Amino acid sequence: MSLQSSANEPAIELVGIDKKFGAVHANKNINLSVGKGSIHGIIGENGAGKSTLMSILYGFYHADEGEIRIQGKPVTIRDSQAAIAAGIGMVHQHFMLVENFTVLENVMLGAEGGQLLAKGVAGARKELKRLEKDYGLEVDPDAMIEELPVGSQQRVEILKALYRGAEILILDEPTGVLTPAEADHLFRILEVLRDQGKTIILITHKLREIMAITDTVSVMRRGEMVATRKTAETTVAELAELMVGRRVLLRVEKGDANPGPVLLSVKNLTVKDGRGVTMVDDVSFDVRAGEIVGIAGVAGNGQSELLEALAGIRKPVSGEILIDGKPVESADPAVLRQLGLAHIPEDRHHMGLVLKFEEYENSILGYHHDPRYGRGAMLDLDAIRKSAEEQIEKYDIRPPNPRLKTANFSGGNQQKIVVAREIERDPKMLLIGQPTRGVDIGAIEFIHRRIIEMRDAGKAVLLVSVELDEIRSLSDRILVMFAGKVVGEKSSDADEQTLGLMMAGIAA
Amino acid sequence: MEYFDTFVSILGSAIRLSIPLLFTALAGLFSERAGIFDIGLEGKMLASAFAAACVAYWTGNAWAGLGAGIMVSIIFSLLHGFASITNRGNQIVSGVALNFIAAGLTIVLGTAWFNQGGRTGQVPAEGRFSGIILPGADMMRDVPIIGPLYANVISGNNILTYIAFLMVPISWWVLYRTRFGLRLRAVGENPGAVDTAGVSVVWLRYRALIVTGFLAGFAGTYLSIAQSAAFINNMSAGKGYIALAALIFAKWKPVPVMFACLLFGFLDAFANFMQGKSLPMIGEVPVQIFQALPYILTCVLLAGFIGVARPPKAGGVAYTKER
Repeated sequence: MSLQSSANEPAIELVGIDKKFGAVHANKNINLSVGKGSIHGIIGENGAGKSTLMSILYGFYHADEGEIRIQGKPVTIRDSQAAIAAGIGMVHQHFMLVENFTVLENVMLGAEGGQLLAKGVAGARKELKRLEKDYGLEVDPDAMIEELPVGSQQRVEILKALYRGAEILILDEPTGVLTPAEADHLFRILEVLRDQGKTIILITHKLREIMAITDTVSVMRRGEMVATRKTAETTVAELAELMVGRRVLLRVEKGDANPGPVLLSVKNLTVKDGRGVTMVDDVSFDVRAGEIVGIAGVAGNGQSELLEALAGIRKPVSGEILIDGKPVESADPAVLRQLGLAHIPEDRHHMGLVLKFEEYENSILGYHHDPRYGRGAMLDLDAIRKSAEEQIEKYDIRPPNPRLKTANFSGGNQQKIVVAREIERDPKMLLIGQPTRGVDIGAIEFIHRRIIEMRDAGKAVLLVSVELDEIRSLSDRILVMFAGKVVGEKSSDADEQTLGLMMAGIAA
Repeated sequence: MEYFDTFVSILGSAIRLSIPLLFTALAGLFSERAGIFDIGLEGKMLASAFAAACVAYWTGNAWAGLGAGIMVSIIFSLLHGFASITNRGNQIVSGVALNFIAAGLTIVLGTAWFNQGGRTGQVPAEGRFSGIILPGADMMRDVPIIGPLYANVISGNNILTYIAFLMVPISWWVLYRTRFGLRLRAVGENPGAVDTAGVSVVWLRYRALIVTGFLAGFAGTYLSIAQSAAFINNMSAGKGYIALAALIFAKWKPVPVMFACLLFGFLDAFANFMQGKSLPMIGEVPVQIFQALPYILTCVLLAGFIGVARPPKAGGVAYTKER
């Protein structure tokens, strides 16, 4: 279990860490040793205990039992201050930045070097220059955080940790918000940091990242550290199996498509965003019954706005949307639902669910006028709960409790609630945005199978995803969007590089 | 020249009326920039006005009165902190509750101690802050334009007035040039950033509230023993809310706060001046219209003329550590 992860001496060791929250045993007797100057990955599904473990390391929680050793010496980490003093830096999944501060102010916060700012500013500027030179972390120190792209904001987080003298850097799901190019950039930075002797712990649930960047990897499942491997000596399949505890299919199996008549048709559609910028520019395409059309593209190239326009949430500036060959006059979500169009929105927290509602309430959102669920102004709660229970059983939503607050379900199960709600209405057309964002492997497999089943049942499916793997494994045809335009169409066997170039706007 | 004299007299009264607003708005600035909404400014002002009047009456010392006003106001602030920081209660509810406590307690105690239906006794002259004649005010009086302005607007105010204006650059300096200010602004935007930087969110917010109490204490003291000579029932009369409006109007920045308070003070002075006077063409305008002007102005300006007023992002939300 406590296999030494590198030939070097360990930078950090965890011995018998144990943590309970009431009845939940979040970390069970965790042993881990990470060698100095290496990149160590920790993978596991949502709720496997990764975040708890890292919170213990950063002083947010205290372990009930166990010991933390840094450079061989036992340390007590009572709070964030102690973690910083011990040389631990953390890059949180949700950035801990003040948006209307400059980069410099954010870096200095908590380490100002005196009661007055003036003294510290010059020193901080010099130190930032040095860090920029040593590690290739270029960020303009006077830029406002809110004006920086997400990738740069993350670099500020890394700079903050290094500025405080971190030797051990923990990154929690660092690529969740990054574009593929930004993620590559981050990996190059991490490699430089490792080569300069820093120790890096990378927490993720993305197997590709583990394989691409780590030296060693540990797998967590249900609060336990189930295995530690050298990355070079393991495979994606083995890690996936260790994570889930059973064999998983990484590539969905599907037969050939059997396209029927055109159900959804888009003609010369142009959509502007809230600021008046044209996001979708004269786009036309068809989706036929019994096929999955995937829209690939780097986030922010108009896919979201296209999806919103089709779902009736955003009013197009010009162009036409035809359902069954008939133009849609007033694109209002309720009208569209009646015409047989279901929508699984990109962001389940903001559009798909009301997190404070109980599960059964979310299971009918948008379908509450259905006569099955009540009459007139009254809701038939018994009928709603019964149908929610059926969905829970059919979609294996856990825990199986329709009275549980939706916020208390894991990401994967929340997504299943949305998927169940939209698919169970037996729509003719299905719009899906980022179906598996922040969803663990087991649930990804499940959701992918449902999408294929919809296709095989003769539905028209439009899939938008920034995960190129997902687009390639599910779609029958792939449209690539760049800067608001569809720059090309490929079949599902197009290779990754071709699509990548099209997504970057380089080749068509 | 007659119009100019009228203008100077309105201006002088505008300054006097804007001082409590200025102290209170600056007080609110510190708590709101730290992420604690403070609808209880009104109550702090009222309670400290009462405390200042009582102590000044008993001791005959204006500075002792000021000390008492500040102390009571800080106690109110700490109560607000205990409810909304330590116990993560709703900040609005806590603030409103403190307003009620202040309104009720001042009447009960005032009636019990002074038997004048809620009034305190008349504070003797040495227990009050009275006007200071700046050097050369009399000599300057005959100089056209500048003379009357200097003698009647700039000179002749009490010491608290000058302190109020001094507080504007000091507040700016504290907020933008000190470590405390940087952390305070950060905790109002993203307390998580402050916490993960190893700084205590709770202690930081308490310190911000202590500053708020300190400044609001000046405002109350000004009302009872500088502007008048006794505490009168409900003498804050909604000024705490106007100060809050000025704070929003000024987008939570110290120097604009000063101008907003001066503007509201001017409107107030103008309303007093217009009482019983008639406008050409229109005739006599009910004074209530002028009294309503600051509120109308706030609504209209906030509705679009000054752009979006972006409050501190973490305002009103108690901080809980995330996993």
